[in-house]
Amino acid sequence: MTDTPIIMREQQYERIVSVLYRLRSDSSSRVVFLVDKNGQQIAVQGDVSNLDTTSLASLAAGNVAATGGMALLIGEKEFPTLSHEGERESIHICIIGRALLVVVFDERSSLGLVKLRVKQASRDLASVFEEITRESELKRVQDEALFAGITDEDIDSLFN
Amino acid sequence: MTFINYASREINCKIVYYGPGLCGKTTNLQYIYDSTAAASKGKLISLATETDRTLFFDFMPLELGSVRGFKTRFHLYTVPGQVFYDASRKLILKGVDGVVFVADSQEERMDANIESLYNLEENLKANGYDLAKIPYVLQLNKRDLPSAIPAAELVAELRRGDEDVHEAVASKGVGVFDTLKSVAKQVLSELRKS
Repeated sequence: MTDTPIIMREQQYERIVSVLYRLRSDSSSRVVFLVDKNGQQIAVQGDVSNLDTTSLASLAAGNVAATGGMALLIGEKEFPTLSHEGERESIHICIIGRALLVVVFDERSSLGLVKLRVKQASRDLASVFEEITRESELKRVQDEALFAGITDEDIDSLFN
Repeated sequence: MTFINYASREINCKIVYYGPGLCGKTTNLQYIYDSTAAASKGKLISLATETDRTLFFDFMPLELGSVRGFKTRFHLYTVPGQVFYDASRKLILKGVDGVVFVADSQEERMDANIESLYNLEENLKANGYDLAKIPYVLQLNKRDLPSAIPAAELVAELRRGDEDVHEAVASKGVGVFDTLKSVAKQVLSELRKS
């Protein structure tokens, strides 16, 4: 595998959620979520009752991957932020290392405000992610015991 | 790259269905989607052209149940099979945990199978993976068609090592879950080894 798996502990998760909570309230946005670059949802804040966040996460990652591919073609490393403005709802995506911060907002906010608040939140999230990356390799060793215990019967039981 | 979330006690894995154009990758996903209980699946997202050819990817999340108190969630993706979408295929392989190669059993598609399998190896390499080392399953699809060549011939041509091989008719669901089960098992076994 090319990357260390992301292994996140509850405390780090809570820190991420609190950053997202603050960002959502400071930017008056509808929903804020953090996704890894492969499209796995990490954490979410806001009213997601009418939102398919799993699909949104996967499409956001696809979107970033596609624009990242375009960036490379024109000699850029990546496009660190992406914005899509609709008639009522808009999306702003910001790349933070291996993660994507996705903000969904409507007319109660503005792109300028969202960008400003995202910048601040990015710094906080980047530091949590640095810690996660640093510890992931270490934790992997400890986790070996947990997952080494998975038996063939455990796996078979998933398909019965 | 498996994503383990201790807070929500979830293991998330990414499985990619690869293969030449019109081999039945989307049909595999469609069958899984149609025959899974609503509670264990999310939406099937299909980024397709107006003529229903995959343009970027198809995606569906599937929850299989718990292992050792961890919910296992598989994110199933297909790639666009048409040759000129290579840049997209490469992107979709990023962070993959397991690959299913869907081969088209028809004699006239043999060259396309070989080309696509070679392309898979190259694109995996570009992402830092080795086909021989990652969880991988070969599916021989469209076994019901009159022009299907014997499975042994396809295996001789397309099997790279000792990977599991499943015969399938994805449009009727034959072999679809066997294939998924086989790759999912390998992905979870990798966790044990890693």
